[in-house]
Amino acid sequence: MGQEQILFYFFGASVLISALCVVLMRNLVRSIFLFFVTLFSLAALYLFALADFIALSQVVIYAGGVLVLMLFAFMLSSRELLNSIKPAVSGFKVNHLAGILTSILFLFILFRVIIKTNFNQLMWMQESMPIASNENTAHQIGIHIMTAYLLPFEILSIFLLMVLIGAAHLARKGGKE
Amino acid sequence: MIPVAHFMFISASLFCIGLYAVLTRRNTIQILIGIEFMINAAVLNFVAFGKYDKISGGGQMFALFAIVLAAAGVAVALAIILNVYRYFKSIDPTKTDTLKN
Repeated sequence: MGQEQILFYFFGASVLISALCVVLMRNLVRSIFLFFVTLFSLAALYLFALADFIALSQVVIYAGGVLVLMLFAFMLSSRELLNSIKPAVSGFKVNHLAGILTSILFLFILFRVIIKTNFNQLMWMQESMPIASNENTAHQIGIHIMTAYLLPFEILSIFLLMVLIGAAHLARKGGKE
Repeated sequence: MIPVAHFMFISASLFCIGLYAVLTRRNTIQILIGIEFMINAAVLNFVAFGKYDKISGGGQMFALFAIVLAAAGVAVALAIILNVYRYFKSIDPTKTDTLKN
């Protein structure tokens, strides 16, 4: 087992354990801060798939944008919001049982599909050319954005403008009740 | 060289953790985090397969687009949650049971 494998499984375990803690944690602030750990470990996993630009944008957009937005939204809005999220009286509800059963069954189905599939025999994967580890993917992504994926890129920019206006409109104070 | 299947095991587990959060949590923020987990699992799959797609680069490009869409979704969702809190004084999704008045 080489160094690469050890690091990969370490980060994979870190993703799964911290995600479980985030979901099961009763204290909301702690669970948001643990969400950082999950996102950084996921960025590390993207590096193992030779997607360094994606890993970087994951760190910048999620850790720098989404999480800070989440924390700011709570600390700026009102303290009661944080206090009001006292966990419900603990107890095993039917709701929980159904949720656990559904997710475990779905996990079982997904694992079964993945085990049954032989990825090395897929036609397109045999014919494809994998990315070499010394390549400059940011350069490739820049070329792709301006050629083959220009339409999704433009749609995305219009969409982001809509989100900007919509979120500002929704979040403004003192609108009509 | 890490096989694709191992990436997919991790992303399937992450997806199911997100599914569990969406189904059982009583707190809108944690439901939102669960949705983020599911999106991130999808991005991990995109990236893992994008490794074998050097010419057209579809995997990495759409991973990037998915990350941006998820971030936009969080911004709008948080604005909605703040409004719901202002109106219902609670962000428990079981207590917000009216659409109009």
